[in-house]
Amino acid sequence: MQSQSNFKYESQKLGSWYFTVAMILFGAQLVLGLVAAIQFIYPSFLYDILDFSIARMIHINALVVWMLYAMIGSVYYLLPDETGIETVGIGIGKLLFWVLTLAVTVVILVFVFIQVGPATQATIWLITEGREYIEAPRWADIGIVVVVVGFLINTFLTAMKGRRTGIMTVILSDMIALAGLYLAGMYFTDNISMDQYWWWWVIHLWVEATWEVMVGALAAYALIKIVGAKREIVEMWLWIEVAMLFGSGILGLGHHYFWIGTPEYWWEIGALFSSLEPLPLIGMFIHVLYDWGKEKGIKEGSGEDTTSNNTPALIWLISNGFGNFLGAGVWGFFHTLPQVNIYTHGTQFTAAHGHLAFFGAYATILIAMFYMAVQGKYGIKKLRATFASKMAIFLISFGVLGMGVALTIAGYEQVLIARAQLGATWNAFFVAQNQMWMSQAMDWRLIMGIVTTVGFVYLVKDLLTISKNPENVN
Amino acid sequence: MSRKKVSVWSDNRFWQRSAIWVTGFASLLLIWLTFDTMGQISMGNQKDIDNHITKRVPSATVINYEVEYNMNQNRGHEVPVIGGDDGKGNSLFKVKEKFFGRDDYTQKEANALLHLGKLASQAKNCMDCHTLLGNGAYYAPDLTKAWLDPAWGKNGPMQAMTGKNTKEEAMAEFLQHPGKYPTHARMMPNLGITPKEAIGLVAFLKHMSTIDTNGFPRGFGKIKEGVVYAKSK
Ligand code: HEC
Ligand code: HEM
Ligand code: HEM
Ligand SMILES: [Fe+2]
Repeated sequence: MQSQSNFKYESQKLGSWYFTVAMILFGAQLVLGLVAAIQFIYPSFLYDILDFSIARMIHINALVVWMLYAMIGSVYYLLPDETGIETVGIGIGKLLFWVLTLAVTVVILVFVFIQVGPATQATIWLITEGREYIEAPRWADIGIVVVVVGFLINTFLTAMKGRRTGIMTVILSDMIALAGLYLAGMYFTDNISMDQYWWWWVIHLWVEATWEVMVGALAAYALIKIVGAKREIVEMWLWIEVAMLFGSGILGLGHHYFWIGTPEYWWEIGALFSSLEPLPLIGMFIHVLYDWGKEKGIKEGSGEDTTSNNTPALIWLISNGFGNFLGAGVWGFFHTLPQVNIYTHGTQFTAAHGHLAFFGAYATILIAMFYMAVQGKYGIKKLRATFASKMAIFLISFGVLGMGVALTIAGYEQVLIARAQLGATWNAFFVAQNQMWMSQAMDWRLIMGIVTTVGFVYLVKDLLTISKNPENVN
Repeated sequence: MSRKKVSVWSDNRFWQRSAIWVTGFASLLLIWLTFDTMGQISMGNQKDIDNHITKRVPSATVINYEVEYNMNQNRGHEVPVIGGDDGKGNSLFKVKEKFFGRDDYTQKEANALLHLGKLASQAKNCMDCHTLLGNGAYYAPDLTKAWLDPAWGKNGPMQAMTGKNTKEEAMAEFLQHPGKYPTHARMMPNLGITPKEAIGLVAFLKHMSTIDTNGFPRGFGKIKEGVVYAKSK
């Protein structure tokens, strides 16, 4: 496969390596998600062998890591397009890729086979840090930081040497913030309130600030590439998005500080700023639709072929606009006021939002980037959707939406029975868990998870074979 | 860039500057609030307790005291009450309670226990099944106020089930051998918790129940049907 590559730049090839690993981790994420979902229904499944905690930990760590891989890959991929030159330290870039991939493999093997350790600092350094999403042990944290710093230097030097675009400026400053925030997740304290205060700096300021800006930048790049939008307009939108995303998202952090021991003023600050967070997401959705429609209209007017030059990527890009708004904006807003959150905090409702948001905001646009890399690799002028492309987008989106609906129903039930009615005790928890509505929702979550996984198989098949679609224009 | 004169609203430079200003302003405000919050959530010490100062995150030595979760009249929601209630939901810091047979843990001893327990909570990934302060996983009950859960109390089933006479011993026993004391089909697995780690974990749980969480979870343990230990599946 390597031999027939049409990549003009090594940087694009490196980007596609990152994408490949991202897809493998995405697959692992789904398999472990299924294991955890089965355990909700049959708790003896893999009990004391691969417990729920381990399955779940790998599920969400694989998620975070595949998305970071896909983001780094996207930057390497678009770097030559934006700067007009080859990435300067491409050899080091490749070396860092292998170092990171080796480290990730070791971390996962340790998670699977060693799982937990004694209550010592050695466990924190070598096995797990035991903090949701960022369980990777300390040695790996340091490794990740080194690799990311190398990546940043590489990108920075390339951007300085080549053309400087608005998109590159945004990506660079955003990546620095993203990497810097990771440091907030690397410290141990006996004070659990302090612990969670900084933990949220990583989790929230990633997904609701820096990652969202990354999405804005990738969408800008994709619009220029696949529908031929005008750079000046797109970059203006991008700056507006940055202002709105950071303006609401940074202080929106307060919606996680309602109940962890932090002072009451976070009620007001969190409620106010996080309520504004959906606004840029609406804006981003409108932006994608608007530019797509406008460019199509221009082509129609001049009698050209109106189809985009990468149909699968465009469909995923549009579903990103919608999914981001729905999963993060609408589902996020549902539980972001303290008056609601005191009941929904830490229930299946949160899980519903988590799935819809991560999928809608990030999985979608990163899959669009995978399709762009396939197009680049085979040098296809117009990449057409195949049956498998359509099955992939339909089954994955339908499956995740179905899981989201099931978990939302489970969440309502849990909120009303365990929290509002029975007062959140151990017993209250299980009364709600054993309710028929909860168990039905858990069955549906598993069924929809399987639908999602089937869609994923189509996606893999499509990414590997779409280049051979006879309808493509070369 | 040579360009025709355009309105400021469609000028990229204007929006770029706006983005920088907005981000800078939001970040500065966050940093300022962070300094204030750090002060308010730093962990107290025995001197605070001696001086009857209520801290949001109290000293580790709260393990020497009785803990309740009562409605506070000024705050309008429940708060942890340490060492007795003055009738209005404020801590008296008087009434002691034995913790594994002692109520005289020094600051150093209590800190060490809490440290061990916090480490154990991470080394065993409690947060990937349970929620702590409401954050984590949704497979098992929230542990924020687990110390105050009626199931562990004198009228609950757990002391009899584990054959222990005190709450802390019952909890420690359960944590070491959860597989031996199942109350639901969904069981907690054996995580290789040692007797010492179990004591640390119970100290950690007791301390966590004294953190002022602005009334979360609301009505914990106060509602009769939630307290009566229903027949479980
Ligand atoms: C693999 C999942 C899992 C992990 C990891 C886990 N637990 Fe549990 N835990 C459970 C389940 C399930 C129950 C409910 C058991 C039952 O009702 O029979 C439970 C029950 C409990 C209870 C009693 C419930 C209550 O509200 O008082 C406590 C206390 C507890 N766990 C503490 C811990 C601590 C501390 C840790 C970390 C050292 C931990 N658990 C790790 C699954 C887990
Ligand atoms: C793409 C953007 C987003 C992603 C990926 C995302 C993801 C998540 C995830 C995974 C959690 C659960 C964290 C945990 O495990 O404890 C969470 C919690 C939360 N999110 Fe989002 N989110 C996004 C945007 C938003 C927005 C825009 C809002 C509000 C308008 C919001 C409001 C909340 C709230 C209030 C919680 C806390 C839930 C609780 O108390 O249990 N989120 N988010
Ligand atoms: C095969 C499909 C999937 C299944 C069966 C599945 C199942 C699960 C389960 C059982 C949990 C644990 C929830 C709990 O603690 O109660 C979970 C958590 C989570 N999953 Fe999935 N999942 C799937 C796909 C996905 C996808 C595609 C994404 C995102 C792109 C995702 C993101 C998450 C997140 C963010 C959490 C943590 C939620 C939180 O803490 O609030 N999952 N998943
Ligand atoms: Fe958030």
